[in-house]
Amino acid sequence: MTAPHAQPLLQVENLSKRFGGIVATENLALTVGTGELHAVIGPNGAGKTTLIAQLSGQLAPDEGRIRFDGQDITALPMHRRSRLGLARSFQITSLFLDLSVLDNVALAVQAHAGHSFRFWRDARSEPELRDPARAALDRVGLGARADRPASLLSHGEHRQLELAMALAGAPRMLLLDEPMAGLGPEESVRMVEMLRALKQELTILLVEHDMEAVFALADRVTVMVYGRVIASGAPDVIRADAAVREAYLGEAEGGAHG
Amino acid sequence: MTLFIEQSLNGLQFGLLLFLLAAGLTLVFGIMDLVNLAHGSLYMLGAYFAATFAIWTGSFVLAAVMSLFATLLVGMLVEVIAMRRLYGRDHLDHVLATFGLILFFDESVRLIWGPEGMSLPLPSWLNRSVEILPGVQYSAYRLAIIVVTLSVAVSLYLLVMRTRIGMLIRAGASNREMVGALGVNIKLLYTLVFGLGAALAGLAGLMQAPILTVQIGMGENILILAFVITVIGGIGSIRGALVGALFVGFIDTMGRAFFPDLLRMVLSPTAASTAAPALSSMLIYLLMAIVLIAKPEGLFSTSQR
Amino acid sequence: MTGWLSARNIAIVTLVAVLLLLPLYIELGGNRFLLSLFTRIVILAMAAVSLNLILGYGGMMSFGHAAYLGIGGYAVGMLAKEGVVSGFVQWPVALGASALFALVIGALSLRTRGVYFIMITLAFAQMAYYIVGGIARYGGDDGLTVNQRSQFLPPVDLTNKVQFYYICVALLLASVFLVWRLINSRFGMVIQGARSNEIRMRAIGFPTYRYKLTCFVIAGTMCGLAGALLANHTDFVSPSMMYWTRSGDLIIMVVLGGMGSLFGPVFGAMALLVLEEMLPFIIKVVATPLFGEVAARASEYWQILMGPLLLLVVLFARGGIDGLLRKFDRKERP
Repeated sequence: MTAPHAQPLLQVENLSKRFGGIVATENLALTVGTGELHAVIGPNGAGKTTLIAQLSGQLAPDEGRIRFDGQDITALPMHRRSRLGLARSFQITSLFLDLSVLDNVALAVQAHAGHSFRFWRDARSEPELRDPARAALDRVGLGARADRPASLLSHGEHRQLELAMALAGAPRMLLLDEPMAGLGPEESVRMVEMLRALKQELTILLVEHDMEAVFALADRVTVMVYGRVIASGAPDVIRADAAVREAYLGEAEGGAHG
Repeated sequence: MTLFIEQSLNGLQFGLLLFLLAAGLTLVFGIMDLVNLAHGSLYMLGAYFAATFAIWTGSFVLAAVMSLFATLLVGMLVEVIAMRRLYGRDHLDHVLATFGLILFFDESVRLIWGPEGMSLPLPSWLNRSVEILPGVQYSAYRLAIIVVTLSVAVSLYLLVMRTRIGMLIRAGASNREMVGALGVNIKLLYTLVFGLGAALAGLAGLMQAPILTVQIGMGENILILAFVITVIGGIGSIRGALVGALFVGFIDTMGRAFFPDLLRMVLSPTAASTAAPALSSMLIYLLMAIVLIAKPEGLFSTSQR
Repeated sequence: MTGWLSARNIAIVTLVAVLLLLPLYIELGGNRFLLSLFTRIVILAMAAVSLNLILGYGGMMSFGHAAYLGIGGYAVGMLAKEGVVSGFVQWPVALGASALFALVIGALSLRTRGVYFIMITLAFAQMAYYIVGGIARYGGDDGLTVNQRSQFLPPVDLTNKVQFYYICVALLLASVFLVWRLINSRFGMVIQGARSNEIRMRAIGFPTYRYKLTCFVIAGTMCGLAGALLANHTDFVSPSMMYWTRSGDLIIMVVLGGMGSLFGPVFGAMALLVLEEMLPFIIKVVATPLFGEVAARASEYWQILMGPLLLLVVLFARGGIDGLLRKFDRKERP
């Protein structure tokens, strides 16, 4: 395990985003070190999903700067960031429901295999697309479901497929938006195990409501309230922080932890 | 100069008339998320109704009022029978189904009124010119159109911005479930909105009837203009529809009137007269293209994306 | 494996066989009019196949596809009028002009989506309609007679009706084959992914705009070729070739046959055009014993049935003919 803070992979400075009068992100700073699993928590409406949207390039910030591996990516479109190795999974499952499970992942592989202006050869019989896709599916435990239409999978399997797609591009960093949302207890345990394994190889920014999972996995935790960072540090420190307890843990998760 | 004033007024009149059509379209788009190609058919029906009622009653005004209610009624009927089933479905479904409605309306009109077309003569008190400026005469009827459409535009604005039903319309545009949760009969609201759109189209048709011949297919060309206006103004925006309609009405009218002369300054007379009709019909599409490049969602878009 | 012996495949094989054997049937004493009708069906089927590429596979709701029929047709007609009758010039010009128009329209309209896209493609196609109608040299609204069909090297002779028919069939089958290769290639996967979930496509690293634009141009070019064929078939071009209701007809063909299915548009084109020819006749035969003379008159108004028929297809049989065949196959299977 690399020590946290070793080398910053993702640096966010002064990030701000407003929708009309509503502040979604305000003056936000965040650093994620290489190899770190960094969790972002906060009550509903804290702006976590908006943060991920800005990091992935879906939303343009009003102010501020985002750097990935030293390169300024603030103005880069989504697909360019993705090519640099910044992959994102969606909170609301966002798949290609009318394609097969394997096609879903193969598209993610294809996205990183150069341009796709290839008009003739059958893409479904290209080993350089299908093999890595199968490997990614095996990694998340969906290998047996490869040929099903994605629409027929269960909710938990959709989450696994999401993860397989994020992995397929061999990213350096994953932005995971509530991967546990809506999972049953058993599925949650499996997901935590999977993230624990991935953490060995990848840098991960995890937005999650499930406190147990967060404190089990995270190297560092950042707490957001109303678009602002109110605390950031090691899990133990965050757990003990009075401001955090009051603003967030105390109310929202009061009964759940301990 | 006289000609210029006259053409400007014509542009204004045509633009306001287009506004009636575009407003109905954009309301239905914005609130029900419904693409209605058959909007032009309601315009056509308005004209046919007015021409027929004028023969029955002998009164232009009475015919106009009756025709207005008739299109309102047809609109609400169409909503209840067909449109209601299309909400929430694919836009492609809307396009196909309303395309089917156009075929249906065109053939029904052919069956009922025959293929020849009709005319709606103006009463003598409208069929004259008035002196609007010293030495400048202008058609009283066109002035009447300007007055009527302007007052419709103002009342539409007041309806949407100031009344309870308008509030519901605006809320429905942004949040369907919320309006439903408030206990409002959303089905009835939609029927009324569609009927209102139909009546506006009917009004445009009946007012245009004395100027043009009443014929099958008259709604189709003007529908395309209404689409262009909606694209320029932004879907769901009444204000956008007004601004877009005035632009298009003005540019189209002025283009046809003065563009050939302008071309003659740069091209040889023969080249100018061959190119002018084709080029002047392009002007509004060029305007649309420019708006698209600058603001893909239209000038007054209400959507977030 | 009984997978190949499905109702769907049997229907496709039958369709191709009918198309190939039709001239033989006519030689044996069939109705000569059929050859002209089927040439028309084959040409419009090709246009529908090209529309299916963007509409069915790409999810791009273009309502201006007939514009390319007109552009391809006018390329042939205008050049013929200027004395250029070589197909080796005419057809590439037809393709090039269609491609260029598609590039400009696509570049603008693909910046938007949904309702805007529908209206913008419709409006630009209508612009093409008005422009052509305004050019007096080439007949304006009245259209332009094409005095001589495109000339190729012997033995190719487009004035030979049977030969021309087979050329059209060959080009139709070639376009179906092309679409089949395209949609299964990497490019096709991107197009279908963008139809399915465009935001996700961009999130995983595809600049979807340029792929969709390329697809739009390919489809427009294919349809331009159909336009060149149509001009040769009717020996006449007019603005009405690209009137917006013609674009509507093409969409109906695609949906009636089954969107996003390879042969669906061919079935759809055939169904629509045969129905158009037959419906007046059917109404007359069915209704005359019941209603007498009135029915004979009513049969002229067949479109009054066509409209509601379309509504019903949309509401209840969205998969079209292809969908019905597949449903049948699923029931048959043990």
